[in-house]
Amino acid sequence: MTLNGWIQILLFLAAVALVTVPLGRFMAAVFARERTWLDPVLGPIERIIYRLTGVNASHDMRWTEYGLSMLAFSLVSMLGLYALQRLQGVLPFNPQGLPGVAPDLAFNTAASFTTNTNWQAYAGETTMSYLTQMAGLAYQNFMSAAAGIALAIVFIRAIAARERETLGNFWVDMTRATLWVLLPVCLVGALALVSQGVVQNFKPYERVQLVDPQTTTTTDARGQTVAATVTEQVIAQGPVASQEIIKQFGTNGGGFFNANSAHPFENPTPLSNVLAMFAIFAISAGLTATLGQMTQSPRHGWAVWGAMAFLFLAGVTTAYWAEAAGNPLLADTDQQSGAMCPGGNMEGKEARFGIASSVLFATITTDASCGAVNAMHDSFTPLGGLVPLVNMMLGEVIFGGVGAGMYGILIFVVLAVFIAGLMVGRTPEYLGKKIEAFDVQMAMLAVLVVPLVVLVFTGISVVSPAFGTSSIWNPGPHGLTEILYAYTSGAANNGSAFAGLSANTPWYNVTLAASMLVGRFLVIIPMLALAGNLARKNLVPPSLGTFPVTTPLFASLLVGVIVIVGVLTFFPVLSLGPIVEHFLMRAGTTF
Amino acid sequence: MALTRHLLTAARLTVVTTVLLGLVYPLVVTAVAQVLFPDQANGQLLSRDGVLIGSRIIGQPFTSAGYFYSRPSAAGAGYDAGASSGSNLGPTNKKLIDRVAGDVARLRADAGGTAVPIDLVTTSASGLDPHLSPAAALYQVARVARQRRLPPEDVRQLVEAHIEPRQLGVFGEPVVNVLLLNLALDARAPRPR
Repeated sequence: MTLNGWIQILLFLAAVALVTVPLGRFMAAVFARERTWLDPVLGPIERIIYRLTGVNASHDMRWTEYGLSMLAFSLVSMLGLYALQRLQGVLPFNPQGLPGVAPDLAFNTAASFTTNTNWQAYAGETTMSYLTQMAGLAYQNFMSAAAGIALAIVFIRAIAARERETLGNFWVDMTRATLWVLLPVCLVGALALVSQGVVQNFKPYERVQLVDPQTTTTTDARGQTVAATVTEQVIAQGPVASQEIIKQFGTNGGGFFNANSAHPFENPTPLSNVLAMFAIFAISAGLTATLGQMTQSPRHGWAVWGAMAFLFLAGVTTAYWAEAAGNPLLADTDQQSGAMCPGGNMEGKEARFGIASSVLFATITTDASCGAVNAMHDSFTPLGGLVPLVNMMLGEVIFGGVGAGMYGILIFVVLAVFIAGLMVGRTPEYLGKKIEAFDVQMAMLAVLVVPLVVLVFTGISVVSPAFGTSSIWNPGPHGLTEILYAYTSGAANNGSAFAGLSANTPWYNVTLAASMLVGRFLVIIPMLALAGNLARKNLVPPSLGTFPVTTPLFASLLVGVIVIVGVLTFFPVLSLGPIVEHFLMRAGTTF
Repeated sequence: MALTRHLLTAARLTVVTTVLLGLVYPLVVTAVAQVLFPDQANGQLLSRDGVLIGSRIIGQPFTSAGYFYSRPSAAGAGYDAGASSGSNLGPTNKKLIDRVAGDVARLRADAGGTAVPIDLVTTSASGLDPHLSPAAALYQVARVARQRRLPPEDVRQLVEAHIEPRQLGVFGEPVVNVLLLNLALDARAPRPR
């Protein structure tokens, strides 16, 4: 670990802290339909959209109608994405002439992008046409993120409401999240990325002559040695920047290219890397201030922010320590970090990012439900790879996915308040709302769905040589971690991978798609039911027995609840995967 | 039917927003980017003697002893810029340990037996890493100088002139662009046959 590395990490956190309040207040105004400085431009576009879609913007929905609209939209846009992939071969913007995508892969990808997961069982540059990338995948990046923000706003409205049945209008919240929040930051951010070298064009792939032509030898079917000379390099192109920026701001994470944010055309410089990481956390951090603003308790917003920042720092410290320590099995290599050399475990990492920028990115992308990667998590040291895995298992509530992180942590807040109430023997209250049996039942349902899906599918896969373990790339305990990571990533809607696992098979495509759909919608439905129930309640004035949710004590309790739920659920399987691999690596065992 | 009505609204919103976000937005970004940053937006292509020879920010394979070697690559057969990929080999995988040991043995023989900078024997995440750490480039000075019949001090200075510092003095790591360094080397001394 170096001083410079720590400065990079702390500067990043400071930037997130600075943007929290301005962005949070702005979003509070947008969803309260107050005037903002963008109204002169966006107001007319908003009205045109409502006219073309027949939306009655003054209609208020109950939680059931809100949920139904959300499901209807997800279904329709998912079918649209499926059709677009299947038909891309006969559609325009396809200079490489890529054929239609296979049915199981197209289903997996449609589920993946609709649920804001962006799990990628394909390699972008060899599978998806430019039209599919921008009108299918980047489009879903916008809409799934907007849906997440809308749902978070609904939950916050429910907490702030007093004896109300309705929670807002789904179509209006979606439209305003897209136009006011996502589109402006993406227009500016995309151009900033291009200035750093992210490509943005519609050209076919470039052919260039290699400076040092390569001779490779292979053995043919008859056992003869055949020498082949490679003199050309084919360089993939495309409208990358416009997709790259929403991939980060929307915490989607689906790369234009197979190597995702490690590819020099997606993430060319340390500055583009910082912008990407900042974009991943910005909206989710802002939502904590939106929470404070709308519930008229800014200090509660900061208490939630503080719990998140603590868990973030714990994760990045562990990962940084593990990766900087390097791999003891690689003899006669210089892994010391210094002014001229990054040192550490550099397998699967880019030289321009070194260790600090790589572990920071890995922590952020799994704290949030982003899943973009600038280094290959499969090649991390066991404990370095444990951190992203645990981040996802904790429910991606460390800032979290846009919106999803907010409603995710609010569910944990309800549990924390409930547990505090049990400890002092009083009916728990959260910002004046009594937390009763139905509320806790819904919160527990939402919390238990992800572990259930992850453990069941992982369990089936690891005892099925024919279709489960046959996809493993790294033998030994690392293979278990690959499968566990895949289902955790799917169910938590992250989308990053221990990418050695050959996941483009019918079994993994279908079960991972199912994990993503369950992990998204079966969390959202109990969450909405909880929100609907909270909104109906009247406010109880605070008394001496009320547990304040604005203090460091509350933040610590929140951290405790998150960690205990996560660790109790997953510790057994983690001990058989990354933890045992760590000790075996130290003892010099290879597989 | 409430559900039918919602599905209809959903379909209309999908069409309208797809046009806005899926077509208009990327086309606008492309138009502005092509005007403001034409070089970056098109991949920073380099040509020599009228022939396209690569992108400034996409790595190429260099395996001839007269060039600075680039890092090993897992993209296709190596530096396939149409199929980016890392090796995805885990830290305890024998394939990784053996591959690194083979490269280490070869490189150490050329460099007087000192330990090899780790980035020179590990694959990058993209398989297209255009850079080496300064240490990994300096490690190869003796061999390259010998092959090119240049004084080692000249080659060392060439490397040092190609070190790119951290951005804004803080972000990322110092690096050397292998393609640019090797092109400068070709300009300094003809390639040995």
